[in-house]
Amino acid sequence: MSIYLEFEKPIVELERKIEELEKFTDSEEMNLAGEIGELRKKAEKLKKEIFSNLTPWQRIKLVRHPHRPYTLDYINLTMDDFQELHGDRSFSDDKAIVGGMAKLDGRPIVVVGHQKGRDTKENLKRNFGMPHPEGYRKSLRIMELGEKFGLPIITFIDTPGAYPGIGAEERGQAGAIAENLREMSHLKVPLVSLVIGEGGSGGALGLGVGDRILMLENAVYSVISPEGCAAILWKERSKAPEAAKALNLTAQNLLGLEIIDEVIPEPLGGAHRNYEESASNIKKSLKRNLEELTKLSGRELVERRYNKYRKMGKFLES
Amino acid sequence: MVWFRKPKYTVAGSPSRKEMPSGLWTRCRDCGEIIYNKELEENLKVCPKCDYHFRIGARERISFLLDEGSFQEYDRNMSSVDPLKFQGVISYEEKLREEQKKTGLIEAVITGEGYLQGHHLIVAVTDANFIMGSMGSVVGEKITRAIEQAIEKRLPFLSISGSGGGARMYEGMFSLMQMAKTCAAIAKLAEERLFFISLLTDPTMGGVAASYASLGDIIIAEPKALIGFAGPRVIKETIRESLPNGFQRAEFLLKHGLIDMIIPRKDLKERLATIISFLEKPSLETCLSEGD
Repeated sequence: MSIYLEFEKPIVELERKIEELEKFTDSEEMNLAGEIGELRKKAEKLKKEIFSNLTPWQRIKLVRHPHRPYTLDYINLTMDDFQELHGDRSFSDDKAIVGGMAKLDGRPIVVVGHQKGRDTKENLKRNFGMPHPEGYRKSLRIMELGEKFGLPIITFIDTPGAYPGIGAEERGQAGAIAENLREMSHLKVPLVSLVIGEGGSGGALGLGVGDRILMLENAVYSVISPEGCAAILWKERSKAPEAAKALNLTAQNLLGLEIIDEVIPEPLGGAHRNYEESASNIKKSLKRNLEELTKLSGRELVERRYNKYRKMGKFLES
Repeated sequence: MVWFRKPKYTVAGSPSRKEMPSGLWTRCRDCGEIIYNKELEENLKVCPKCDYHFRIGARERISFLLDEGSFQEYDRNMSSVDPLKFQGVISYEEKLREEQKKTGLIEAVITGEGYLQGHHLIVAVTDANFIMGSMGSVVGEKITRAIEQAIEKRLPFLSISGSGGGARMYEGMFSLMQMAKTCAAIAKLAEERLFFISLLTDPTMGGVAASYASLGDIIIAEPKALIGFAGPRVIKETIRESLPNGFQRAEFLLKHGLIDMIIPRKDLKERLATIISFLEKPSLETCLSEGD
């Protein structure tokens, strides 16, 4: 049932060995506890080594892992009483974005996020987490509901990008994203955005104009997909690993560049190895950030948010 | 009146350039008609046969639209740095130097203030020739400053976008965040009840289309301009179907209710002036201030 990534091979081999020895111990009633313990230690050390030195491309593989927790997993694990709200009240209900009201440790909030599917069937329904304009319009409706009733807003970001399709263009994909950016910039309630997996360009930013931008340790956030960048600059998609490095898209890169505010640690081996631990780290961070932000008035929040984005960018004046 | 200061221009990537004596004739990119350059100039770079609107640069656009000698440029010397030390096939710094040499521009946007048929306004014009008119830190910053000037001086804001490139990948997330920055400034402009006209020219795509350019109180396009979020090639590869005729062209957007109007270049100046005259200043000041 497990799916392993290329760079996890050495770990998997060791783990298999341990399993075999364990079976052997059971059947032959031989005591191999010593050897097993040694191998376990070795496996743990190897894991730490591999996962503390991941390349940007390896992190991309990790956030695209089919077992990685998605928005609804985190909503269920970090919040209570989630009431999902559907539809943009105009065209349809885009299932690539979910949202609604929930309680975070008793505090009512609204939450929206991109939602990927885990298997083919679910991915068709969720369109691989790639929203249409109606998805952005639904998310804005829910965020504005939060503002109207003074509820803080939490957004989970996890999308390869906004969907490039005929219907999406006919219904104004560009305009829908732009309106989210404009409106999010002056919502008078605390707004925390968290990249849990893939932060794919404008489609990600469409839910991302927060007072705080947080990222999970292995999450990525990029102006263009590494494959897209490689196709344009190198003229071959196989150069995606090089593009991934050049784009500075890891949480660590972006914290260093002061684009994001905080990196939330993942369990060793990635969030999919332990949903509960990931969720608990996320919950702690969300609560702390909301506690700080709820001390500010609506006016202060909007002013600070404006200044936050106003300062972004590097240039030379002469 | 001098419509265009630079009599010479080139059509980037046009395969016909080799076949013809340079500077005399141009082949229309749309219908293939061979047009005498002088005639093309006189027709405001619109094909006399098929009405195709050739792309024009930011400086040309400004001298064509604004009253002669009225334009005062802002932040003329603001230039890009290489915040990621981007390692591509060529470095970002090399790319910038190449583009500066090719276009004679420092960056992909020109901002400033001037008069359009006597109407005082702030303008920001992106130039599709400079790294495809893409938005990096300089473009985002200059546009944001221009919007802030409009607020300070209580003037209408006119943006004219020609950008096939969207957010500039060489500056990574700094570019993406310019979308949020410019949109936040537009929100302020709107709160101040100042008028924003967005003119979309060929092409306006990606991160520019998905930010300030789509937020005009009035959105206008030039005929046949390519406008959209995702590039047609990307869409075609994703859906594995051929795209309908005229897909993502100005007429398609008008039909789907995404823009207010299409204005041919020859009427642009006149009609912009008329439109501005309606919304230059709030009419019923007292009604608007009540209850604020």
